[in-house]
Amino acid sequence: MARFLIKRLFSAVLTLFAVSVLTFLMFFALPRDPVSGMCPKNCNPERLERVRQELGLRDPLVTQYAGYMKGIFTGRDLGSAQGGRCDAPCLGWSYVNNEAVLDTITRVLPVTLSIVIPAAILWLLLGVGLGMVSALRRGTWLDRAAIGFSLTGASLQLYFVGAVLLLVFVYNLRLLPVPSYTSIFDNPLKWASGLVLAWVALAFLFSAIYARLSRAQMLETLSEDFVRTARAKGLAKPKVYGRHALRAAITPVVTIAGLDVGAALGGTVITETTFGIQGLGRTAVDAVRAGDLPTIMATVLISAVFVVIANVLVDLLYAAIDPRVRLG
Amino acid sequence: MPESAPSGQLDDRPSVPEQRGTDGPYLRVDDLRVRFDTEDGVVRAVDGVSFAVERGRTLGIVGESGSGKSVTSLAILGLHNPKRTTVSGEIHVGGRQLVGLPEAEVRRLRGRDMAMIFQDPLSALHPYYTVGKQIVEAYRVHHPRAGKREARQRAVDMLGRVGIPQPARRFDQYPHEFSGGMRQRAMIAMALVNDPDLLIADEPTTALDVTVQAQILDLLADLQAEFHSAIIMITHDLGVVSQVADDVLVMYGGRAVERGSVEQVLRRPQHPYTWGLLSSVPSLHGDADAELVPIRGNPPSLINLPPGCAFHPRCRYADRNGDRSRTEVPQLGPAGEDGHLVACHLSADDRTRLYAEDIAHVGVAR
Repeated sequence: MARFLIKRLFSAVLTLFAVSVLTFLMFFALPRDPVSGMCPKNCNPERLERVRQELGLRDPLVTQYAGYMKGIFTGRDLGSAQGGRCDAPCLGWSYVNNEAVLDTITRVLPVTLSIVIPAAILWLLLGVGLGMVSALRRGTWLDRAAIGFSLTGASLQLYFVGAVLLLVFVYNLRLLPVPSYTSIFDNPLKWASGLVLAWVALAFLFSAIYARLSRAQMLETLSEDFVRTARAKGLAKPKVYGRHALRAAITPVVTIAGLDVGAALGGTVITETTFGIQGLGRTAVDAVRAGDLPTIMATVLISAVFVVIANVLVDLLYAAIDPRVRLG
Repeated sequence: MPESAPSGQLDDRPSVPEQRGTDGPYLRVDDLRVRFDTEDGVVRAVDGVSFAVERGRTLGIVGESGSGKSVTSLAILGLHNPKRTTVSGEIHVGGRQLVGLPEAEVRRLRGRDMAMIFQDPLSALHPYYTVGKQIVEAYRVHHPRAGKREARQRAVDMLGRVGIPQPARRFDQYPHEFSGGMRQRAMIAMALVNDPDLLIADEPTTALDVTVQAQILDLLADLQAEFHSAIIMITHDLGVVSQVADDVLVMYGGRAVERGSVEQVLRRPQHPYTWGLLSSVPSLHGDADAELVPIRGNPPSLINLPPGCAFHPRCRYADRNGDRSRTEVPQLGPAGEDGHLVACHLSADDRTRLYAEDIAHVGVAR
């Protein structure tokens, strides 16, 4: 088990390294000058050159990359124009936002976490629950209703569902405030009421996939021999379904869930844009538009960290659920 | 009514009162019919089968896949999906009639009074739980007051009893860490953990290699001697039947075609289908170059069973009685010797003569 974990962590670190190098290279491959974005139109060539020097853009790429990585692990001195000393984990200075990137991230990351984590809990419960019910009540109206619901969810787009929800609950019924982010530690009620529509919209769309997947998995598991064995022992149905069938049926759901949640934590651009909330996703898109390299690097790296962590967690969960995996 | 065993051929005792009587066969199945409603039509998987098994005796049920043997055993345990399956007839286990009994009551008997061993222990055991845990679960469901330690001890004892070395260590291992034979032993331990009076073994050795097969059969025989249980051995392997069975029931197309003691059915078989089974198995003592005679054709569709005798399209002797084989369903009736029943239109003399001429020298029939 320990070896398994070490192997997984090692490959996770390698992945992150590769992502950081690729992002760095891709940025400089872009046909635009990173400096022009942070300088007003009437910039003269001397000033542009000075800014380039200051940002280290005249250094070789390797030096620039090394400097960036050094900042993350030990901190570095960015010069007075960029806020001076930048402690580890230093993600650089954004001329566009005029603040340390770390400050931007610490501001928008909780927003994305607040959107994704409750939504994920909701969509998993709803999706798996619906899937199980329709598998156990196969062929009944309940099954058909659940399938219809998930088909609807799978066919819709978030900006449409989000717009309808906003229109109905915020503008017509006035049941909810205009979506906004409040820290859960300041006011939990306001936190929830400001984000609940985003949760519902995400959960509706995502649970559709989970309902269909878990229904199919459950139906397959119910025809397995070991489920028949469980019944032959004289176990009551709740135990047969809950302990024997569900545990086997849930495994692929865990995989997909881990990847989905990991990806969503990297930013839910469309959700954030639809509901007008500034999270990691919108920050990343804004940074790309403005050619703001330090912010791009930071958001991409953080997304990658989430995806990689989610993958490791999925592997660990898998090993916890299925003992046959532990040998590998 | 299509064919059904005239009642009272083998068990002509007055019907057992509705209590757990100690005399009379422990299991009695009367005119069992199992139907599945599918999109393609009604599948008559079992169509009027009757038999009885006493404590301490073993009934072998033989037939090809699709002959209804596994469906029969699942019906006894009440494991069919009631929504898609119709079970009729009577199943008496220890004096209790099970057909039509509420699921909750049948469930209480399952695993306690009657238990089952499945064909492939790798897929029949849950891959995510340790072998010990699964046995403990089987014990505690019928002994809710048993403590954890007591149940564990019981499971370890059972693992030891079925010949698993170091049972206390093996208790905490998963099915995939067991070899095929050990897995089947564990399956048997699980089935026997509540001392069931009836054990149904559905092809328990088919998934095992031959040397292990013999060990498992010996083990079952030992355990039967110890627990004095009634055993149903479902198999398509006549070698297994000859080793362990006291009585044999041959099934074809969901019906019983021959029934009798193992001596009668294997030494003096009366039904052309049984002949086919015997002459398609090579004999160790025979001529290695001698040709085997397979049964021609394929098992019939249970949705659309051939009219008359279901075996007639594959029977070499179907024309001997004019159209009778195609029009009239043969009834299971006396085949000559006491307790030997056969469902065939051939006359007793014909059967004896044909067997001696065509069959007796081929395959294991020798």
